[in-house]
Amino acid sequence: MSAAEPLLAVSGLTKRFVDRHAVVDKLRRRPPATLTALDGVGFSLLPGETLGVVGESGSGKSTLARCIVRLHEPDAGSVMFEGTDMLSAAGAELRGLRRSIQMVFQDPYTSLNPRLRIGAAVAEPARVHGLIERGEEEDYATELLERVGIRPETVRRYPHEFSGGQRQRIAIARSLAVKPRLLIADEAVSALDVSIQAQLLSLLEQIRSDLGLTMIFIAHQLAVISRLADRVAIMYLGRIVETGATADVFANPRHPYTRALLEAHPRIDGTRVRKPAVRTETPSPYSIPSGCRFHTRCPLAEDVCSRVDPPAVEVPSLRGGHVSACHVLARAAEAHTPAAVGDVGG
Amino acid sequence: MSAPGTEIHAGAELLDVRDLTIGFPAGEGLLLAADRIDFQVAAGRTVGLVGESGCGKSVTLRSLLGLVPYPGEILAGEIRWLGEDLRGASKQRLAAVRGIEISMIFQDPTACLNPVFTVGDQLIETLRKRGGMGRDDARRRAVELLDRVGVPSPERRLRSYPHQLSGGMRQRVMIAIAISTRPKLLLADEPTTALDVTIQEQILSLLKAFQQENGMAIVLVSHDLGVISETCDEVVVMYAGRMLEAGVREAVMSSPRHPYTRGLIKAMPSLEISDEPPPAPIPGQPPNLADLPPGCPFQPRCELSRPECRSLPVTLDADLAGHGCACPFAEVAV
Repeated sequence: MSAAEPLLAVSGLTKRFVDRHAVVDKLRRRPPATLTALDGVGFSLLPGETLGVVGESGSGKSTLARCIVRLHEPDAGSVMFEGTDMLSAAGAELRGLRRSIQMVFQDPYTSLNPRLRIGAAVAEPARVHGLIERGEEEDYATELLERVGIRPETVRRYPHEFSGGQRQRIAIARSLAVKPRLLIADEAVSALDVSIQAQLLSLLEQIRSDLGLTMIFIAHQLAVISRLADRVAIMYLGRIVETGATADVFANPRHPYTRALLEAHPRIDGTRVRKPAVRTETPSPYSIPSGCRFHTRCPLAEDVCSRVDPPAVEVPSLRGGHVSACHVLARAAEAHTPAAVGDVGG
Repeated sequence: MSAPGTEIHAGAELLDVRDLTIGFPAGEGLLLAADRIDFQVAAGRTVGLVGESGCGKSVTLRSLLGLVPYPGEILAGEIRWLGEDLRGASKQRLAAVRGIEISMIFQDPTACLNPVFTVGDQLIETLRKRGGMGRDDARRRAVELLDRVGVPSPERRLRSYPHQLSGGMRQRVMIAIAISTRPKLLLADEPTTALDVTIQEQILSLLKAFQQENGMAIVLVSHDLGVISETCDEVVVMYAGRMLEAGVREAVMSSPRHPYTRGLIKAMPSLEISDEPPPAPIPGQPPNLADLPPGCPFQPRCELSRPECRSLPVTLDADLAGHGCACPFAEVAV
């Protein structure tokens, strides 16, 4: 990887949710149940890069996004944005940092105020952050809405007058209103129909190249991120289990979970009778398995996997920075480059 | 049973849907959620209804068991089940078909399981009421069924409440209930849409395994062409309540005829990484059913659109077996 300064550097990020109000636990005088959403997640992102974060329910991908912008306060770890510590920032400094990082959420029905005209909704963040004056809102909103393909004459309409895909465009316009450096899209196209999803992906691609945005694109489907992401991070139960250049990871997945995700993806030219890639279900994040957290479902699991947490190890790859945390597949790679790394990426 | 003692041979026609038209009142007029839908389902086969939100796939599926939500109703057409028209059937007759000869599973198993009864209560109740079993037999069968659908420690799980199970486990329980009466036909409405992709794969292969054991037919509704392609023998592509294309899976997926089907296949997110620019997405959005454009409903978004498209009727040029397409210009333009 080049020596350029990363825009975002996350390391050792950990977030636990403690269920302090569970009555049964209190009555039985047990320690409260603890959900581990993030367990030592690290990566870094160069300016202009797009990182795809993929994982299934409970993998911690949304918590990761929320911890980066401090919608959740992480329990440990650090988030550095252009060298400034996000986690210790406060007041005006935090406001400035938050302006630079914007989010687009999955559900455009709940992320837009139903009683605010879309023009006002789009311009409001810019006015709050002092980028525009009162009175300039409508022109500013019109320009942004045109950029995302919403007709300017609809600027005075309300969100309910738009379809899901259009609302997501409006939400994107709103996130762009404060001229962010980093855009975090959390399942931003997951709820949309395929034809609309393809439109939104093209739009995000276009905006990214026009504005030189850095992006974190979160999805539960590998295929959705393949178009946008330069690099991909595969999450499982609060950890990044594999990361690398998207093309390397797709062509040569080095973690059994990544392989399972790739195999489980339904294809239209698919062979019809095949065995499911993994058995059983994802364990509860309230009780993460010992050793490798994937060993309960892993087709390659050995004795060591249930005892020892596998370190993240760099594996040989075309583009470099391909790291996987698997005892079994790492052994196969060891012959080439035995380079253990702490934080993934960097 | 309508044909007691009759063996259903693999490939024998079970369900024949003809010209099914479902309407909902809309303001002064009427909107057609399904317009002249035609398809046949044979024993041991899987037919997929595929399309985006609002294309009428779910309401078509529900109408087969007389479950069109109020104030909608079936306006025309026939639903022939083993030769008998279910559309004209009495409430008692429909009740005897539902859950016994034809079962249904839904996208959201949470909404379909009763939260205040255990999984065992609900499964055993079905077996006793619908299958006419005694308490002990029903209990034994319930354990067998849960084991069969891949619920670990089934004895213990009988005592679990739905909220104590994961989404995937709840869907397995729903499937256990649905197949407990050994139905000849299973209607599945987006059964894996709410599930993770690794779990989706497990559920789909479970349904396939059942089908191979019992010769059960399936009608599967999904928005996901990948899921449809991996499970179905025949595919019906719907858009704005109309059938735009229908045929056997291989034909529809490898040589799609209708421009909408082609666009959908191209729009599917892919695992292939290439340096070539991705195909241009289908522009615009699906029409409002209450305010359909004249002629072909896809015409405003279609790359092959021409003036005639606004007046020609939307009718397949062949049936399901013959790979029909509702676009007369699909081949002309290529």
